[in-house]
Amino acid sequence: MPAVAARLPGDRLHLQHGPIDLVIGADGPGREAAFAAAARRFAPLLDELVAELPLLRSPAGGVRPVGPVAIRMADAVQTHCRRHFVTPMAAVAGAVADEVLASMVASGGLMRAYVNDGGDIAIHLAPGQAYRSGVAGLDATALGAVTIRAGDGIGGIATSGRGGRSQSFGIADSVTVLAATAAAADAAATLVANSVDLPGHPAVSRTPARLLQPDSDLGDRPVTVSVGPLSSDETAAALERGLAEARAMQAAGLIAGAALFLRGAARVLAPVPKTEALCHA
Amino acid sequence: MTERTERMADKIRCDACPVLCYIAEGRAGACDRYANHGGALVRLDPLTVIEAGGETVPFLATEEEWDGDILRANRPFITAVGAGTTYPDYKPAPFIVSQEVEGVDMVTVVTEGIFSYCGVKVKIDTDRHIGDERAIVRAEGEPIGHVMTSEYGSKMLSLGGVEHLTGGTKAEGRVTCDALLRLCNREAVELTVDGGATVVVQAGQAPVINGVQEKLMRVGCGSAAIGMFATQWAPHVDEVIVVDDHITGVLSEHQAGRMLDIPHTGIRVTGRKSTPGRYFQVAHPGTGWGGTDVEDPLTILKPADPKVAWPGLRLLMVSTTGEQWAYYILDENLVPKPAEITPPLLASVERVAENCEPSVCSVLFMGGAGGSLRAGVTENPVKLTRSVKEALTHVSCGGARAYVWPGGGITVMADVMDMPTNSFGYVPTPALVAPIEFTMRRSDYAALGGHVDRVVSASDVVKPGIRRVGPAPRHPDPRHAGNFDWPKGG
Repeated sequence: MPAVAARLPGDRLHLQHGPIDLVIGADGPGREAAFAAAARRFAPLLDELVAELPLLRSPAGGVRPVGPVAIRMADAVQTHCRRHFVTPMAAVAGAVADEVLASMVASGGLMRAYVNDGGDIAIHLAPGQAYRSGVAGLDATALGAVTIRAGDGIGGIATSGRGGRSQSFGIADSVTVLAATAAAADAAATLVANSVDLPGHPAVSRTPARLLQPDSDLGDRPVTVSVGPLSSDETAAALERGLAEARAMQAAGLIAGAALFLRGAARVLAPVPKTEALCHA
Repeated sequence: MTERTERMADKIRCDACPVLCYIAEGRAGACDRYANHGGALVRLDPLTVIEAGGETVPFLATEEEWDGDILRANRPFITAVGAGTTYPDYKPAPFIVSQEVEGVDMVTVVTEGIFSYCGVKVKIDTDRHIGDERAIVRAEGEPIGHVMTSEYGSKMLSLGGVEHLTGGTKAEGRVTCDALLRLCNREAVELTVDGGATVVVQAGQAPVINGVQEKLMRVGCGSAAIGMFATQWAPHVDEVIVVDDHITGVLSEHQAGRMLDIPHTGIRVTGRKSTPGRYFQVAHPGTGWGGTDVEDPLTILKPADPKVAWPGLRLLMVSTTGEQWAYYILDENLVPKPAEITPPLLASVERVAENCEPSVCSVLFMGGAGGSLRAGVTENPVKLTRSVKEALTHVSCGGARAYVWPGGGITVMADVMDMPTNSFGYVPTPALVAPIEFTMRRSDYAALGGHVDRVVSASDVVKPGIRRVGPAPRHPDPRHAGNFDWPKGG
């Protein structure tokens, strides 16, 4: 099946090929041209990725890939590979979003644009523009909202967690990360969600990733299958582990902020506000 | 078909897209659109998009005329959206879908399948003992439910539910989901009851109990049967025993017999006397006469009382469905000997059977519309709940009327026979995917905070190739005003 494109209600563009679903929005006189640019860039994109799939499913830090999306992926996980097991696949959704957004921005005439790749969102804001995103939990309850303004240095929002059939080493319901690019946010959200964990806890059942997804890049590493009852202290302990990881990433300049959710509890690592001095530095 | 499969041990390889996922049994590929179902590559029902937090769109356009179609209006819409997106094979990404909500450019929903809380209630029209109340019901050896309270002439099963779907082992969940899916899609499923029978259940069909197809539902309990047929029997026979696992009736002792001045016969049955002419536990529960384990009815007779009984006494024994009967005449030793039944008595036995309805299995889907499903309708899910309770919103399942339970939430039951065939799908969570529609006035939809900007006209949804089915008989159009409690002049 080839890539397909369709318009959605609300003047959005939907691009889909295999496992990739993009929902794209854009404001500005260049919207139609930007949509066309996105569709052109998207058409061969999955084939490019698949060509390097074995390499991209291998732990980061090895041979450097050649495709533009693959390079975005490798770059996004490179900075994490000393501290974590991670493969470039941890950033694939964000990297695809970044790549398609870049093609749209290059076509010009956009005030705002976003490419939402399954919750990993690449954002472009012209000066003076803002973008609001709501965050909802597993039960669709509103968890909060975030407003991103041009100049904040945030170009990506990504969410990871245990919702759906996803594979995670951790137990977070969801972790949302803000970062300079969607690929960076994607990789970080994955790793922070992995860190929200209670190692060895009897209520957490795990199984080798390969049993669930035969060609998983996570191989035989145990991924979380289900989580039984947790006390509030245990929930807090798991969140604190994740928060510590997020703090380390923020301190290293890898992410701007993060919000971690587990069983109705949350930890928020707010972006450090830029002072006037810093803004003009 | 573009998707061919290449087998590799218990895994299949999907070539629907260049990723060429290997997919294990019961799992979906990276796209969540194709899955390995028993070794076959299947395209998941488009409705599965709902699992991904997708949107359900109401059965809209109250101003449009009902054209007789049960439009599963949400399906083509959801298929078109396809925006429930996931990357499970690539990375741990939850299901997230974008929605435009007033004042917020996008809502990011992290959600797990709908109808994880669901099951079926099965009514099996039979008096045969299929298992004790509370006994575990199994499919393929896995526990998927239990026997619940018997109803008049029927045994009841409660199958599925979250404890079996996701609360037990992986195999239990998978088998439960599979059994529910097949029952809901009107397929036959073989169930075994711990300490009981093996029953093949299929919606709208007679049950098959221990390999024997049930035919009739009893006319009443043994006592009720005596009451119903006493006047027809009295002129032709001296004693009638209606064999029933619940209450076995004895005509001459029964109040009906007393009223007709039928003399005592001295025929005595086993069991525990309840009130005159009514006996509990004449035998063990089973799949023989009247839901007992009786194969030879004489086994429930004690020797006749020699002070009362007489040679030549005519005795009819019959089951509550009239399917089994035997006619005896007492010999000089007061022992019942099989005899040729008289035509009027035979006619009365046939009338018992005639008054029995055909035995069928009915399957009611029961599920709760969870927060994420409701959120697909409105940004404020509790408002949808309230709107349903206030009868401003009508709930249907595949166009069929759904019973909405009182109390909190939106917990519905619907007869799968009223729904279009193959209405149900599944997701590997495991959970069932079922159609559910919320119908309301556009103004009420706006008032409850609905995604008004997403309303498209029905004509935009009905495209060539869409499946068209007739409405379920005797079911009102979901949009009929009688479904709603609109204020006068409102």
